[in-house]
Amino acid sequence: MAAAARFWRKIPQRYNLIGTKCSACNKVYFPPRYICPVCRRAGKIEEFKLDGKGELVTYAVIYIAPRGFESQAPYIIGIVELDGGARVTTQIVDCDPKDVEIGMPVKAVFRKVNEDGESGVIYYGYKFTPMR
Amino acid sequence: MRDVAVIGVGCTKFDELWDTALRQLIVDAGRKAIEDAGITGEEIDALYIGNMSAGRFVDQEHIASLISDYAGLAASFHTPATRVESACASGGVAFRQAVMAIASGLHDIVIAAGVEKMTDVLPSETTFTLATAADQEWETFFGATFPSLYAMMARRHMHDFGTTREQLAMVAVKNHKNGCKNPNAQFQKEITIQDVLESPIVADPLRLLDCSPITDGAAVTVLCSADIAKRYTDTPVYVVGSGHATDTIALHDRISLTTLYAAVFAARRAYQMAKIEPKDINVAEVHDCFTIAEILAIEDLGFVKKGEGGKATEEGLTAIGGKIPVNPSGGLKAAGHPVGATGIKQIVEIVYQLREEANGRQVKGAEIGLAHNVGGSGGSAVIHILKR
Repeated sequence: MAAAARFWRKIPQRYNLIGTKCSACNKVYFPPRYICPVCRRAGKIEEFKLDGKGELVTYAVIYIAPRGFESQAPYIIGIVELDGGARVTTQIVDCDPKDVEIGMPVKAVFRKVNEDGESGVIYYGYKFTPMR
Repeated sequence: MRDVAVIGVGCTKFDELWDTALRQLIVDAGRKAIEDAGITGEEIDALYIGNMSAGRFVDQEHIASLISDYAGLAASFHTPATRVESACASGGVAFRQAVMAIASGLHDIVIAAGVEKMTDVLPSETTFTLATAADQEWETFFGATFPSLYAMMARRHMHDFGTTREQLAMVAVKNHKNGCKNPNAQFQKEITIQDVLESPIVADPLRLLDCSPITDGAAVTVLCSADIAKRYTDTPVYVVGSGHATDTIALHDRISLTTLYAAVFAARRAYQMAKIEPKDINVAEVHDCFTIAEILAIEDLGFVKKGEGGKATEEGLTAIGGKIPVNPSGGLKAAGHPVGATGIKQIVEIVYQLREEANGRQVKGAEIGLAHNVGGSGGSAVIHILKR
């Protein structure tokens, strides 16, 4: 079982999509970066809130689920491109796999992701849903 | 920089080896390699051992010491030993450390080995451990599995280039056919396209028979400075190119979902060092952890143009007897994938091919071979070019 700090440390990002932007090159990074991979030490990293609207770049439908996700299978995992090109790996929910396609617009929603066993931390974060 | 040669190789059977512990696997493979090279333990200057996760798979860390000990080297000679970890590329990266140690002049005779014991924990624990090669906080936390990362690459490749579900299946069919001729392969059974398409879905569009299995196994190579190689063998195989590269650990951060740039850059460095081009390669062992991975590999290595890997597979380009035979050993798919051992086993197969000892699966007249070993979903890659 993991220590709770491992989860609360990520609350700004996983609850509110707080990433970073380098004001030298204007690239947006999510999750936050400590050094801009383009400008490195010449860059200037600042907090940046993503608006949670994006486009589905690719996806898979998971039938063999990992530990703790068994009851959710089959579920859709995808890569979504957000503002400024930042990309996230996320579940796509509230839709049937046959209605999902590359390029469809999606938006972030706040959901329970999993729990750390019967008496452990319940953890939350973003999932994405089709924009209708 | 000194030239380096491989003078001995050895490999265990790759399988679910419930009777055999990690320490025995590596000793069994090591004994074969040392006898093949005709060296004594006293002559070994150092060991480099690729291993992804003995800590999670068998609750044992510090395996460099353990292996030197059980090889009978620690107490007698206090031989230096180093464990190397780069997920599924651990073996290939260990091989590169051995090459560099000899090329630098620091050591003359070095062992490069790989071992993984994956069946001492339940399959759910094994798959969890494999997924630690992905970004634990930003991929697997949200429910991504390892097969799903490759499934997302497959989906995008199908979308961008028209690669078909059948073409993916043809990679598994070919590699199973090759595996039938490899006595060390986990699966020595032919399968059909239909078998693949009807196997259970793991992460759509990938099915069970698109995936490499869970395997126990070890592989060992003996390397030395090229100027002394002929003292030990009439058939040294020379390491003429070595390239290593990284990319972002998370798939979503890459500029492309259909190119593994770690492999592209590792290949470029290896080709430059060897002063050869992709067309000069006669045989290749590539990292087909999933069927789509072999299609990406033959494109990233420059054997075919980007997007044409599926079509090339369908046309038989990569079959034994084709223009560029790929995975004559059966690859990860049929020969098995004990993750830390895989990169070394690829070298072992290329050495057999270049020594013309690959009975039943020999690529005729092969003079230059390539091994392509990838870590995770492409966060690292290491490529070696060998020449007889």
